[in-house]
Amino acid sequence: MIKNLINKIKEFDTAEDKERRSSKLYGKAALYNTPNQITEAAAVVAGSGYKKFDVYTPYPLHGMDTAMGMGAPKIGYVSFILGITGTSLALLMMIWMSTIDYPNIIGGKPFFGLPAGIPITFESTVLLCGIATVLGLLVLFSKMPKLNSPLNDTDFMKHVTSDKYGLVIEADDEKYIESDVLKLFADTKAYEVQDIYFRESNLTTKTPLFDKKFTGAIIGTAILTAVVSYFTLNYVLYDVVPFDWMRQQGRIDSQSKSDFFPNKSGMREPVTGTVARGFMPYEYAGMPDSAVKLLANPVPVTKKSLERGQDRYNIYCSPCHGYFGDGDGRMRDQFPKPPSLHTEKAKNWKDGNFFHVMTNGQNVMPSYAEQVSKDDRWAIVNYIRALQRAKDAGETDLEKAK
Amino acid sequence: MSLDATYTKEIPLVEGGVSFKDIDQVIIEPTNTKPTKGWWIAFLMSLTALTIGGVSLGLTIYYGIGMWGNNQPVGWAFGIINFVFWIGIGHAGTLISAILYLFRQKWRTGIARFAEAMTIFAVMTAGIFPIVHTGRPWLAGYLLPLPNMNGVWVNFYSPLLWDVFAVSTYFTISFLFWGIGLIPDLATMRDRTTSKIKKTIYSVLSLGWTNSNRNWSNYERAYLILAGISTPLVLSVHSIVSFDFAVSVIPGWHTTIFPPYFVAGAIFSGFGMVSTILIIVRKIFNLQHIITINHLETMNKILLATGMMVGYAYGMEFFIAWYSGNTFEQFVFINRAFGPYAWSYWIMVSCNVIFPQLFWFKKIRRSIPITMVLVLLVNVGMWFERFVIIVTSLHRDFLPSSWAMFTPTLTDLGLLLGSFGFFFTFLLLFLKTLPLVSISEVKAVMEGAQPTVHPHPHSNGKHNSH
Repeated sequence: MIKNLINKIKEFDTAEDKERRSSKLYGKAALYNTPNQITEAAAVVAGSGYKKFDVYTPYPLHGMDTAMGMGAPKIGYVSFILGITGTSLALLMMIWMSTIDYPNIIGGKPFFGLPAGIPITFESTVLLCGIATVLGLLVLFSKMPKLNSPLNDTDFMKHVTSDKYGLVIEADDEKYIESDVLKLFADTKAYEVQDIYFRESNLTTKTPLFDKKFTGAIIGTAILTAVVSYFTLNYVLYDVVPFDWMRQQGRIDSQSKSDFFPNKSGMREPVTGTVARGFMPYEYAGMPDSAVKLLANPVPVTKKSLERGQDRYNIYCSPCHGYFGDGDGRMRDQFPKPPSLHTEKAKNWKDGNFFHVMTNGQNVMPSYAEQVSKDDRWAIVNYIRALQRAKDAGETDLEKAK
Repeated sequence: MSLDATYTKEIPLVEGGVSFKDIDQVIIEPTNTKPTKGWWIAFLMSLTALTIGGVSLGLTIYYGIGMWGNNQPVGWAFGIINFVFWIGIGHAGTLISAILYLFRQKWRTGIARFAEAMTIFAVMTAGIFPIVHTGRPWLAGYLLPLPNMNGVWVNFYSPLLWDVFAVSTYFTISFLFWGIGLIPDLATMRDRTTSKIKKTIYSVLSLGWTNSNRNWSNYERAYLILAGISTPLVLSVHSIVSFDFAVSVIPGWHTTIFPPYFVAGAIFSGFGMVSTILIIVRKIFNLQHIITINHLETMNKILLATGMMVGYAYGMEFFIAWYSGNTFEQFVFINRAFGPYAWSYWIMVSCNVIFPQLFWFKKIRRSIPITMVLVLLVNVGMWFERFVIIVTSLHRDFLPSSWAMFTPTLTDLGLLLGSFGFFFTFLLLFLKTLPLVSISEVKAVMEGAQPTVHPHPHSNGKHNSH
């Protein structure tokens, strides 16, 4: 079985491989023995006005470009333009990412610093320049891949990739006349002349890029790969480490269980007697009378403090007390309704009284000292005063305002 | 200095002069013959090393880098040492293929292809380490500035990011440089093989190259451009690798001498590795005529020169530590030379600076056994240089209570061994599958290969050559 297979492979490997050639002539090829002969021959061919000819040598020959009347190679332009593109793309990328899209302060430095940007700019320049040079050489200037060039798989090619120097004049050159070409080859001391015919495939098939099947297969594969990767990554491997984008981590979440600690609690309790940063004990806790008597509002009534008070009030107080202090907040029916802030009792309260209730709590209302800072609580008091005044507006107020 | 004559003297002569066919024959032969016993032994040894490395790598990826000997304060150890070591090895390849090309050093043709291949495999080896060192190698995509769900981009101020760009660019450009150099040779192999399967492979890889002069013209210019951009590239890569250290504020790392010091060291270690392998390869594959003793001598001269540059850097570091008056800097350097890791420091100094001084003697430069011993020592010394820079600077940091010694674990050693296995496995496969000397370049520098007449286009009869 395996022997059979090996034999078959061997048979295939050693089989004669001659693609059929058409009868259409590609060109006449001449072979030369020495570099001097070929250089002379090239100069003569170029001087005789042939345009579609080329010289084939096992390695680049110095001075051949001049002999063939060719201009300087143009690949440098491709390298230069793409190199400059690399420079600008890298700079623009870094500037956009670090100053516009997501500015991040790093070590107190400017969002974008040119000195730190130099290495990446340089590397991108080199990268794009190098890739452009190679792709330009292969695709743009050498028209590769050209596996089915009529010259490949010929006896001529076997010589010029080893130790001989060849020259081909194409049959569709304007000046191509067989007898002239043969004479020219003979005059320039060619030791052998060969006819090169097109492959049959050269005459029928076009570039594979325009072949519907080929292009279809490429696009189909691309779409299939994209779809399969998308579903694999987003659905099949969604919760599988390590493809879950670090959603599952080894850390202990707050309020979760942990067998590591003796009390099975994932959270650590602070040492007894720990005081939070900035914490000041409230000296009138449970002593409303002293609070009312001794506390004075340190926050002056200004536009700024009123706006701050409104902001905090709307966040922390309005859910129960309502936006205007009527006691009809969004929590009504789910929570005992607080009394209105517009009663006579409330109107006659001193600032310290409100402050004490917010800080200490009253009836079902808890202390808000944790959530709202001291100054903000006073600002809320100012805002409540403004609400009370607004609800109590009389007909003459407008006149006074004028 | 032209060594062209060497080729003509030592290549077996066929009547009428030097034969290009002999060159084809000698260079292509290793790819056509069955591997020798020596090759198999070498290959099995590298495969074993590669397997050990693979297991160590698997353990590291599965359990994390806790498998390594890294600790506080030695947070960087074998991983980064090996990275810098292998990147450095690669630099000789680019130096030979690009810088010597720009300097029109024709002798480079014999060793350029091999050195370039070495560059590629060395950079591949090096690339493994920083990625594994991140701890979650499967998230390596975050190293690149790619859009992600957090919306945040990479830190362009970080030398580690510059490293990502430098190393990936370096690999790409080296690979392209090597690749376009191979194309004409693959065309030659395509036209010489009798096997249909091989012919198909070579045809596809050579992309149908026809040796046409209109292509050669652009090819040569493209080669020049690639050499031109590779030269600053290779200097930038190791400079950026040195920034990983120099941009930090650790005494012993925070010095301006680091970029040139690292580049010189890289070339030094790379040449050491090229020589080590070439001495064996030219023997196994009978390439003594193409990779001659003159090549080895020239490389020894470069080793001597770069070794002294490295020695100068060692001295200058000490001088600056004293001259700066910085007590932390002074402590680090005295600790390096006389502290608990003094043995590694003196291995480094003797292998890199003292022993290569023997290359002053022509007899030693041209003696293959002695060269072999000395270049092996260079390899050892350059590995220890990175060990000294990284471990001795870290192990006694600012806070004496956190001082600690570094001890490599078995996984560390397995990865080090595995990196050699990885490198040599690729190298041995390369030696048996592709021409290890550039056929077309060697032909082009042979005597009588270039025309002596330089005519302009003219019609027959009117000669105006000049």
